[in-house]
Amino acid sequence: MSGRPSPEIRPVVVGAGPAGIRAAEALVAAGLRPVVLDEGERAGGQIYRQPPAAFSRSRKALYGFEAGKAERLHATFAALRAHIDYRPRTLVWNAVPGELHVMGDAGPATVPFSHLVLATGATDRIYPFKGWTLPGVFSMGGAQIALKAQGCTIGETVALVGTGPLLYLVAYQYTKAGARIAVILDSARFTDQIAGAPAMLRQPATLAKGLYYVAWLKARGIMIVNGAIPMAAEGTERVERLVWRTPAGEGRVACDAIALGYGLRAETQIADLLGCRFSYSAAEHESLPASDATGRTSVAGVYIGGDGAGILGADAAEAAGTRAALALCEDAGLGVDGAATGALEARVGRWRGFRAGIRRAFPEPVAADFALADDVILCRCEEITVGALRAACREDGVDELNRLKALTRIGMGRCQGRMCGPAARALLAHHSGRSPGDVGRLRGQAPIKPMPLAPMPLVFDEAKP
Amino acid sequence: MRRAVDQDRPSISFFINGQRFTGKLGDTVLTAVLTQAGHLRTSEFEHQPRAGFCLMGACQDCWVVTEAGPAVRACSTLLEDGMAFVIEGLPGT
Ligand SMILES: Cc1cc2nc3c(=O)[nH]c(=O)nc-3n(C[C@H](O)[C@H](O)[C@H](O)COP(=O)(O)OP(=O)(O)OC[C@H]3O[C@@H](n4cnc5c(N)ncnc54)[C@H](O)[C@@H]3O)c2cc1C
Ligand code: FES
Repeated sequence: MSGRPSPEIRPVVVGAGPAGIRAAEALVAAGLRPVVLDEGERAGGQIYRQPPAAFSRSRKALYGFEAGKAERLHATFAALRAHIDYRPRTLVWNAVPGELHVMGDAGPATVPFSHLVLATGATDRIYPFKGWTLPGVFSMGGAQIALKAQGCTIGETVALVGTGPLLYLVAYQYTKAGARIAVILDSARFTDQIAGAPAMLRQPATLAKGLYYVAWLKARGIMIVNGAIPMAAEGTERVERLVWRTPAGEGRVACDAIALGYGLRAETQIADLLGCRFSYSAAEHESLPASDATGRTSVAGVYIGGDGAGILGADAAEAAGTRAALALCEDAGLGVDGAATGALEARVGRWRGFRAGIRRAFPEPVAADFALADDVILCRCEEITVGALRAACREDGVDELNRLKALTRIGMGRCQGRMCGPAARALLAHHSGRSPGDVGRLRGQAPIKPMPLAPMPLVFDEAKP
Repeated sequence: MRRAVDQDRPSISFFINGQRFTGKLGDTVLTAVLTQAGHLRTSEFEHQPRAGFCLMGACQDCWVVTEAGPAVRACSTLLEDGMAFVIEGLPGT
């Protein structure tokens, strides 16, 4: 082990979820005092999100099977507080070499860094369908946040649409909270789920939890439809009905809310602004910052861990966050235990194998995009339709995503393509006859999110040409 | 949005288009409004009602205009006593 760290080392961690908290812990253990930035009100990230202080449910009620892990992570963070410079409610909206631009309680500020750990997590992977902008339609993660952080369900009779394990978990949590589940509409076919099982056996406990939820839901007679594509959310002022299609025909059910999500996608804008190299992952159907098993990116001094580097789940995020911080320590000339780093990499590797099983069991719903009618709104920020994108593909021969963006403004709205990006890419690939990896990716642009509290004109004008 | 569990919290007042409503301490602006009204805003181009989507600060669908002028992102802003919003398409506009 080498001596005390030099004051030149100014590490910053973005994100106080499982990956960011474990990264901060490793940095503190090495004698550093990192700045930890998170736009959230309280630490914990997505899965271990803490409700506002006025709520009083127990950890067991909030986190179920994961209560023990949540408690350990929250306790670690509480113990770290005196040794880090933690800034909650602080949005990182821009990044340039050596400096982050943030907006926090004290207004705008710059945060210099010598080394940066990105632990920004993920958001829902969305494929739009007709009516998805109606009040009452929320993202799958949003449905879960409503319950976890606000004690609310998104409706009384809720349809769950998309694919992935979160569908079944949300159905279970919602039923326990007194909501009625109208239907679980999973684009994955039963045969996909069988195909994914062997790889998922690498994490038997997690597989067992998933099977438990499905069995629990089936025992309560909850309708699960596999291989289904949502056709429309119908209603005038809000959702009243969900219509879908399977190879066997059409189905419909009354509901007052819909949760929509096809798994998660990584939040990668900061790495993009800093010039990190990206590569397309065919397995994940997204472009991710290139990083090695240690969490180093292509830019010296920038490290990445957790779901923001590619979706692997919360347990992997903890290990990857620690590993990325240790890579930082190695590069900063602080001694690091080689056996520990090897064990962390092996742990993340096991989750990679499990993840491959998940992707087979709940594959990307490729066919869904092409069934979309021309009048379906793809971009909810600026109300750009599928037809407008198709016209640009046909008439202007567009075959690259940023060209499509320039022509149609897709991905240029306030959400920066977080909601429409995967669908726009799939649609462009389909119409141009190229592979999704070859049509390029939407580039991150500052501000990566609008300022949390902004004068009206500023917020809405920046989305205009 | 329907209140389900952990709702035993102190009440606080807020206003939509000048009318008084009651929310609870710990509510986000989104929860307080959508448990009692159908939407948060109308869309800029087609003027359709919108009620948020992601609840995690990612989609930017939930901006609500305050009487004082600035807009707040409803899913990530906690309700404070006396907050006043202007929402097109709800009673009072
Ligand atoms: C809504 C949702 C629900 C989920 N539910 C479950 C579940 O029930 N079970 C399960 O196993 N997995 C769940 N997951 C997946 C699980 O949350 C992740 O695998 C895990 O949280 C990853 O940890 P992380 O540290 O990489 O990222 P996160 O936990 O997502 O933490 C990232 C943090 O970074 C912050 N951040 C991001 N960008 C910025 C920025 N620009 N400026 C400032 N701060 C920023 C965020 O506020 C957040 O606190 C869920 C994911 C989501 C999105
Ligand atoms: S609901 Fe998506 S940002 Fe608030």
